[in-house]
Amino acid sequence: MQIHHQKHHQAYVTNYNNALEQLDQAVSKGDASAVVKLQSAIKFNGGGHVNHSIFWKNLAPVKEGGGEPPKGALGGAIDTHFGSLEGLVKKMSAEGAALQGSGWVWLGLDKELKKLVVDTTANQDPLVTKGGSLVPLVGIDVWEHAYYLQYKNVRPEYLKNVWKVINWKYASEVYEKECK
Amino acid sequence: MAIRSLASRRTLTGLKETSSRLLGLRSIQTFTLPDLPYDYSALEPAISGEIMQIHHQKHHQAYVTNYNNALEQLDQAVNKGDASAVVKLQSAIKFNGGGHVNHSIFWKNLAPVKEGGGEPPKGSLGGAIDTHFGSLEGLVKKMSAEGAALQGSGWVWLGLDKELKKLVVDTTANQDPLVTKGGSLVPLVGIDVWEHAYYLQYKNVRPEYLKNVWKVINWKYASEVYEKECK
Repeated sequence: MQIHHQKHHQAYVTNYNNALEQLDQAVSKGDASAVVKLQSAIKFNGGGHVNHSIFWKNLAPVKEGGGEPPKGALGGAIDTHFGSLEGLVKKMSAEGAALQGSGWVWLGLDKELKKLVVDTTANQDPLVTKGGSLVPLVGIDVWEHAYYLQYKNVRPEYLKNVWKVINWKYASEVYEKECK
Repeated sequence: MAIRSLASRRTLTGLKETSSRLLGLRSIQTFTLPDLPYDYSALEPAISGEIMQIHHQKHHQAYVTNYNNALEQLDQAVNKGDASAVVKLQSAIKFNGGGHVNHSIFWKNLAPVKEGGGEPPKGSLGGAIDTHFGSLEGLVKKMSAEGAALQGSGWVWLGLDKELKKLVVDTTANQDPLVTKGGSLVPLVGIDVWEHAYYLQYKNVRPEYLKNVWKVINWKYASEVYEKECK
């Protein structure tokens, strides 16, 4: 947690700020070439900041409700779309384990179609890159840095255990807000 | 962990015979994990024995296992004429086959210091490096920078463009082999920059890993490949 937060997320923030500074200068100068060249750094570092900011809220200590199943509207929606919470967990864990390289596995709400979806994104691509109407509810980081010091190569074991600290209260708040 | 277990030889499976099926119309060639030509701890302190062991026995072995499975499934799909299934398998074949290809090269790209690891390339490769990059330091600087800047998981390569007869530095994502960046590219040196290649020892500081890995790069092997291609 400490390295993930103080080193990885901090680096995304620092590099995103640098890229935004450079973008500002390039836009002011009318340097389209430089503007385009900066998009990779902006997407990667901005995405890294966006994703990790969500991730920290997706987690909670057990004594603060981490792992407690979602109640209310989100709980019902999960049962509707995935049969049960176990069904959702199984699907997300499988897709997270199967992800090639670095990325994230998401539970999202498709605002337009009004349905829950499970999807993955590569590297630091935010969920919105998979669909403009997708709102991230729960994201699980499956980059190796998210688990390697503890779980080594056994990503499925990390995915089995991370559910014990998932903050469904937060996910429910986001869901209910979007459903108003 | 015990020095003994780290120093123990990394022999796994031996040479594999072609696997044939019981009712075999034909058989497919499957793959086995190649042995390392050195002990797991032999690359220390540049790369820890713990990393070498997990990297070889877990990560590379998984690519081999999954590649073989995908090839089996591919064989069945081809036999059945199931084009949809064949196409669906390409992702697993590329990823796991690529992982096997890349790591097989990587183990040969490394050598203990006492077996020449880190010794600058002599001969024609040394000359070609000076021609194309100014100096070995120039090449190392470029590869380290590109490796550090790689977004996500992947590899940084020194390659030979057979057609253009020049050395190139390039990167590939995930387990894409160098040839995916150009059909005439021959990999000479590949450095794994997936987090699993360094995290247990270097944590988030990938540049530190890249600074140290050069101390165990086996330029003799790279020179052999280069000279063979240049004939």
